[in-house]
Amino acid sequence: MSPRRVVVVGYGMAGARLAELVRERDPRGELVELTVVGAESRPAYNRVLLPGVLDGTMTADGIALHGREWARDNRVRLLLGAVAVRLDRAARMVHLADGPPIGYDALVLATGSRPWLPPVGGLTGERGEPARGVATLRGLDDCARIAAVTGPGVPVAVLGGGVLGVETALALGRRGAGVTLIHPAPHLMERHLDPTAGMILARLCHAAGVRVVTGLTAVRHYPDEGVKLEDGAFVPAALTVVTTGVRPETDLAVAAGLGSAEGVPVDDRLRTADPYVHAVGDCARTGDAPSGLLRPAWDQAAVLADLLTGAGPTARYRASPPVTRLRAGDVDLTVFGASHLGLDSREAEVLGYADPARGTYAKLTLDGDRVTGAIVLGLPGVGATLTQLYDTGWPAPADRLALLLGRTPPPAVDDDPARLPGSTVICRCNSVTKDDLTRAARATGGGVTALVRATRASTGCGDCLPKVRRLADPHETTGTPT
Amino acid sequence: MSTSTGTHCPYCALQCGMTLTPLPPAGARVGPRDFPVNEGALCQKGWTAAALLDTPDRLTHPLVRRRRDEPLRPATWPEALDLIAGRLRELRERHGPDAVAVFGGGGLTNEKAYLLGKFARVALRTSQIDYNGRFCMSSAAAAGIRAFGLDRGLPFPVTDLREAETVMLVGANVAETMPPFVRHLRRARDHGGLVVVDPRRTATAELASLHLAPRPGTDLALALGMLHAAVAGGHLRHDYVGARTGGFAGAWRVAARWRPEEAERVTGVAGADQRAAVELLAGARNAYVLTGRGTEQHSNGVDTVSGWINLALALGLPGRTGSGYGCLTGQGNGQGGREHGQKADQLPGYRRLDDEAARRHVASVWGVAPEELPGPGRSAYELLDALGTSTGPRALLLFGSNPVVSAPHAAHVTRRLAALDLLVVADVVPSETALLADVVLPVTQWAEEEGTMTNLEGRVLLRRRAVPPPEGVRGDLTVLRELAVRLGQPAERFPDDPEEVFAELALASRGGAADYSGLSHRRLRAGETPHWPCPEPGHPGTPRLFLDGFAHPDRRARFTPVEHRGPAESPDAVYPLVATTGRTLAHYQSGAQTRRVAELVRVAPAPYVEVHPDTARRAGLADGDLARVVSRRGAVEAEVRCAPGIRPDTVFVPFHFPGAGRANLISNPALDPVSGMPEFKACAVRLTPARESSARESSAREIPAHEEGS
Repeated sequence: MSPRRVVVVGYGMAGARLAELVRERDPRGELVELTVVGAESRPAYNRVLLPGVLDGTMTADGIALHGREWARDNRVRLLLGAVAVRLDRAARMVHLADGPPIGYDALVLATGSRPWLPPVGGLTGERGEPARGVATLRGLDDCARIAAVTGPGVPVAVLGGGVLGVETALALGRRGAGVTLIHPAPHLMERHLDPTAGMILARLCHAAGVRVVTGLTAVRHYPDEGVKLEDGAFVPAALTVVTTGVRPETDLAVAAGLGSAEGVPVDDRLRTADPYVHAVGDCARTGDAPSGLLRPAWDQAAVLADLLTGAGPTARYRASPPVTRLRAGDVDLTVFGASHLGLDSREAEVLGYADPARGTYAKLTLDGDRVTGAIVLGLPGVGATLTQLYDTGWPAPADRLALLLGRTPPPAVDDDPARLPGSTVICRCNSVTKDDLTRAARATGGGVTALVRATRASTGCGDCLPKVRRLADPHETTGTPT
Repeated sequence: MSTSTGTHCPYCALQCGMTLTPLPPAGARVGPRDFPVNEGALCQKGWTAAALLDTPDRLTHPLVRRRRDEPLRPATWPEALDLIAGRLRELRERHGPDAVAVFGGGGLTNEKAYLLGKFARVALRTSQIDYNGRFCMSSAAAAGIRAFGLDRGLPFPVTDLREAETVMLVGANVAETMPPFVRHLRRARDHGGLVVVDPRRTATAELASLHLAPRPGTDLALALGMLHAAVAGGHLRHDYVGARTGGFAGAWRVAARWRPEEAERVTGVAGADQRAAVELLAGARNAYVLTGRGTEQHSNGVDTVSGWINLALALGLPGRTGSGYGCLTGQGNGQGGREHGQKADQLPGYRRLDDEAARRHVASVWGVAPEELPGPGRSAYELLDALGTSTGPRALLLFGSNPVVSAPHAAHVTRRLAALDLLVVADVVPSETALLADVVLPVTQWAEEEGTMTNLEGRVLLRRRAVPPPEGVRGDLTVLRELAVRLGQPAERFPDDPEEVFAELALASRGGAADYSGLSHRRLRAGETPHWPCPEPGHPGTPRLFLDGFAHPDRRARFTPVEHRGPAESPDAVYPLVATTGRTLAHYQSGAQTRRVAELVRVAPAPYVEVHPDTARRAGLADGDLARVVSRRGAVEAEVRCAPGIRPDTVFVPFHFPGAGRANLISNPALDPVSGMPEFKACAVRLTPARESSARESSAREIPAHEEGS
């Protein structure tokens, strides 16, 4: 049997992952002949790390997911700088802007998404492209363009205070640019955060040198000058970076009758209405899963790789609940689930802790013992614990306060052995209790050496020696052991 | 008046120095001895070790039975040896040489490990030999060889750790497993640089400045997240990586996908804590990454260790004085035991059995033709799993191991042992496995014989005879010689004098990775304790490896691109918890020795299961209740010990106890594809009261299902 011809359109994070996972299941290409069509001229890279490239902690090469030899080493026909322009479903051919069409047995749309620019005067050119002085942040080329003009002290406006907007503003701030983050909603990340969390996040941005303007819509962009707001105020900016969200890239699919601007609908096998055409990642619509997140794209790629290679014919995609993580400089934010409910909610148990002055906030919603949502700002350990409880459905610990404030505090260690009960083990290495030591002290007449010889306390790891000293000589009880 | 002898502890790989003073008529007293690894310190196991010498149920004459339903009865040595040799000849004639298998141990001296391998390959001509070290060190060994071209647990003296500002212990609970080792961590602790990775708040984690508690089986994701944090945080040592390593790009491309926040979702360790640990390692003048069984005993154990080595290499630690990567060997001779040819794929000198030049060299030392040497055989669990099957061995000769307690899926292994035509066990005491045997051979132990051990830092030590053996027992070397002769071998080919065997071992190891050819009992008796390699009689040994280059032909260390995959078994609705196994201070390995020491039994008399109090309560259990921990393979009964420091989704069961308390009744024999290491450290279980009442059962059902893959 000749291998199945699989063509993946798109060499972003979903397409690249799918290709890797197909080859993991079929390393020698006996089951699947794999072609990947990528519009950019470079190997796939981790888009999530673009803010890191902007602030200089990562290099373009450092965020590459594949090396130049990846395709050759993995028996993948990789076409870089190739643009798929038409899908002929009847003939099962995909046509490229240049070069001969490619036939397929299975086609995978992994075309991703593109930045959406809001209808603000002067923001776009005639064909909807970003105007002069306007940039988006979707690829490495965008990074290079932004980096070229945003040196220290250069005024920059960032439009859109969602996750990417906040990350970008903070990254540009770390480059030394004078950043103003403009967001039309009353507080930052309003789809994820409640007003208090949004307020604390804005304070953290201020502390990092980013000016935050909320509740005001930008009404016009002037190249080289800046952005005018609805109240007439003017934000000077040599560059305006637009981070107002993304839309699925579906032109190819729509022209082939397989989707709409909202995405390409797929079933739990990632199949479109055409059984020979699949879609994964940002361009796919799987029901309730939001786009723009990495984990769904990779989960989908794993399911599709199972199906295309036959390694897991019964694999089906089930969306896992999304968890939003924002981490930039000192800002560490975790949000998931029913994060909007207030403390007065009757729908769920809601607990909260807020310390705006120190930039920490934790809110947790529970249904019985099950964690159903959280906002955690500035308490990374709490965020990690709650995420695990949310992901696994494991019951929340009975001690809600400890849960909200972090790890279970270590048991209070009383350093003064005089106050410990007699049964307390003083030397774990040799199982010596306080009673053993007091008895031995009486029998030997005291002295550390005699006590150690009689009980072997402190002859293992040696940690308990100060306590043994104090028990050997009660006068040392209040002193500091040396 | 008897004089005391300077020797070493019979237990773990630290091999603490001690003195033994005989107390006639039987037994001895342990005294402290200044030795670099322990500076005179000992743990309770060490102090009480002499109790092993006069344990009441010591075996002092061979035991045999003609049929399994008969009880074992005393026999003379000639009777027992003739019986074994006769049965072995018969089985070999009928089924071929691979019908006889040999199983060794990491507690055997170098001489015994060497002669056992030679016996299997020359006298029995069987390929079916492996040892319990496969269950201990095999994953770290394979990853070490992959990265550095050579595996010596610690490629530096343990005392070098004293100068380190940061030490990260991954899956190692040294405060319980080798307490005197903790003395070397003082500086790191003073610097706030002791990092401990463990799903439990162990005694060691209590000492740490930073404790990372990943979900069991997710360590590789943690290592990847930390490598990512190292690079993103600007801590990559470009000069070192460029000059002394290869393959970084490939390893990084995997790690590039693992932002600490991704790793956090899989492991439960906060991204901020991952970064903090990396900063402690990167910011220290001297830093070490050390792994233990907790991170190695997994079905992806080799890749996981590679993940930690990749991190150490990115930070420029290995191959520098005062920094590095190492693994903490467990068994007393876990290091030497993996070098001298009792491993399924190995010849002495840490040579590969499939290497033609190695076969030629060793065959010439043994006086046989290279083509007469069998090829590689089954790895330990595969071997035990095949016993008594139509294609597997019919007879097993077992030395220095107790697989009825220590092997994974122990009930199954016990059934396989029962299916053998012949089981021969050489041991000091009637261990759980010895009690199943057709022939039991009483052998000398530790302080009753001479022999060398190679400790966790590759230091070769002479363990000296301090007391006379009881009447009726013989040394393992003598047993092998007697059997070899009965199987038609010339007696001079199987010397039973340890000094003579060592001289041959040294010759066989010449030119190999673990080269002992410059060592002799004479040098060791004179007080030297050199680290191998020691290729010349005048050579001082090699305390620090890799300073001038790694052991690959290009002298570079290699990064390995490794991808995380979870444990073979994930929790689900029926088995919602993860069980992990390990050691407790008062006991050692299968407990065959320590369960016979009254002082230790008083401290840890019975099996227990460590459980988070919330989890215990939800299962209807309280501290001290008897619980059943049930996996797909079986159930272990143990007393509940509530511990708020353990992850609520995890339970811990120590593996030292026999019978219904065997932790290995539940463990998963899913094997690492490279090392053959079983997954001792993560299997899916549920927790129930041992005597279930319906009320308790209903509350146990409250624990919800885990979602697969989340």
